[in-house]
Amino acid sequence: MRIQALAFRIVRQFIKDKRTLALMLLAPLLVLTLMKFVFDGQAVDPRIGAVKLPSPVIESLQKNGAVVIPYEDERTAMDRMAEAELDAVLSLKGLQPHITLEGSNPSKIRSVMEVAQKALQQLTGISGIQPALSYLHGSGDRDIFDYYGSVLVGFFSFFFVFLIAGVSFLRERTTGTLQRLLATPLRRWEIVAGYLLGFGLFTLLQATLIAWYSTSVLGIALEGSFLLVLFMNLLLALAALTLGTLLSAYAQNEFQMFQFIPLIVVPQIFFCGLIDLQSMPDWLQAVGKALPLYYGADALRGIMLRGDGWREIWIDSGALLGFAVLFASLNVLALRKHRRI
Amino acid sequence: MNLVTQPNDDSHSDCIAAVHVSRSFGKRTVLDDISLTVRKGEIFGLLGPSGSGKTTLVRLITGLDIPNGGTITLLGEKMPKLDILSRIGYMAQSDALYGELTAQENLEFFSALYGLRGTKLKSRIKEVAELVKLSDDLKKPVQLYSGGMKRRLSLAVALMHGPEVLVLDEPTVGIDPVLRKSIWDELDNLRRAGVTMLVTTHVMDEAEKCDRLAMIRDGKVIALGSPEQLKADSQASSMEDAFIAFRGGVA
Repeated sequence: MRIQALAFRIVRQFIKDKRTLALMLLAPLLVLTLMKFVFDGQAVDPRIGAVKLPSPVIESLQKNGAVVIPYEDERTAMDRMAEAELDAVLSLKGLQPHITLEGSNPSKIRSVMEVAQKALQQLTGISGIQPALSYLHGSGDRDIFDYYGSVLVGFFSFFFVFLIAGVSFLRERTTGTLQRLLATPLRRWEIVAGYLLGFGLFTLLQATLIAWYSTSVLGIALEGSFLLVLFMNLLLALAALTLGTLLSAYAQNEFQMFQFIPLIVVPQIFFCGLIDLQSMPDWLQAVGKALPLYYGADALRGIMLRGDGWREIWIDSGALLGFAVLFASLNVLALRKHRRI
Repeated sequence: MNLVTQPNDDSHSDCIAAVHVSRSFGKRTVLDDISLTVRKGEIFGLLGPSGSGKTTLVRLITGLDIPNGGTITLLGEKMPKLDILSRIGYMAQSDALYGELTAQENLEFFSALYGLRGTKLKSRIKEVAELVKLSDDLKKPVQLYSGGMKRRLSLAVALMHGPEVLVLDEPTVGIDPVLRKSIWDELDNLRRAGVTMLVTTHVMDEAEKCDRLAMIRDGKVIALGSPEQLKADSQASSMEDAFIAFRGGVA
């Protein structure tokens, strides 16, 4: 009897909370849909630059699934690869085939090698020909964790700052202290700025800790500058902080705040480079570019795996800063709901 | 000659003035054509049952909300105006305190918003804590406070920057009779010091302690005057009877 009453009450509460109900039913569908799109395109044909290769070799490579772009000189091909347009450059030094791999993505290394070996075997009729190898980045010792790790460093900064900042700003509202703050001469933007500053100190601490731990303790490759890693982490945390506080305006309690995780945070994982973006349809790639984590992960991967410097990451930094400014301004506007001036 | 700009004596001593104020949320009208003035140096009571619109009116007066119609003037300035907020002290209905911080830290935080600091801040904390009898508990985290202590601390927060006007939303709710009396004694002292106070309450005997009061029911002012005047007008012996006589008690 009591159990029934309890169950009834819960059902009633659920029906009244349409949002939670919708989340429970629709969010899994959304995530599953995303995963389908994302994993469907997983097999990516490697893009190989062919430097003055005879046409039978090119045809054979193409037959085995590579996208082959012919080049007349090695310099141009290498430059293209440095811009991440190519995964490998294949040339002949005398009769010895020579492959230079881009080297930052382990799964791409594997697929280039597979295609090249099959093609060479078909052409010569001999199996086990070993082409000479060299790497643009790293030396083939990069494992999957280096690749994913560089992205996860940014993701965790983002995720935890998002949640903590969001919940604490929410609590400011639910405990009535926000109302009380707004009854003082404090300006709305000052509240947002205060939060940025207060949390900024902790995010700096967190960013340092994560960056240090992942490179020194976990041994994730770090070719570029540690300070730049720190800087990118901080920018990511700033974007997360502003996004979290902004979204907390649209949650009634902590529980509803958590509902933003599958809606806002999880989709960003798909677009931050854990899964190859080039395998996705164009419109989906466009979605990725509207998310902060995309830029943070892109820059972090560059710094940690390819030794990118300020010249390569300034666009990513600018984008993240832009997001932070946008979210903060929207938050100032959202506070109008609580005080009009 | 100059009849339009000539201020009359009444408006000169007006501290808070609401003129034909109305506020509705969607289709629900919470305040309906409210007009009242609070004179400098008096304790003005807003008496009415819960849901009558007291808090909404208080929020309009403190500039947290904007009326759909009519105007609110506070210390001669049309609200909402940010500068005025530093001259009023506000005690919300719910204790807006940071539970994890100590009472002292709470006082320091809120005072800092008004620009108090240094030795002035320290002496002021001592003074105000004495006033609300929390001197011995300043170092305790607020989450360990009892309901009454939190209420007193909220009052202390409102008093810290020495405001000219105090807006107190149900200051004595959940406080035992002894403490309630001590808070009202304190309000009396503040009145003698020249502070103007707007106090909301739904307790009838508290209403008697106000200089003047407005009875509010369903967002309308049903009666306005001094407690004696209201009782005389309704030929009632108590405030409760007076409230009912003004059709306050019947839905």
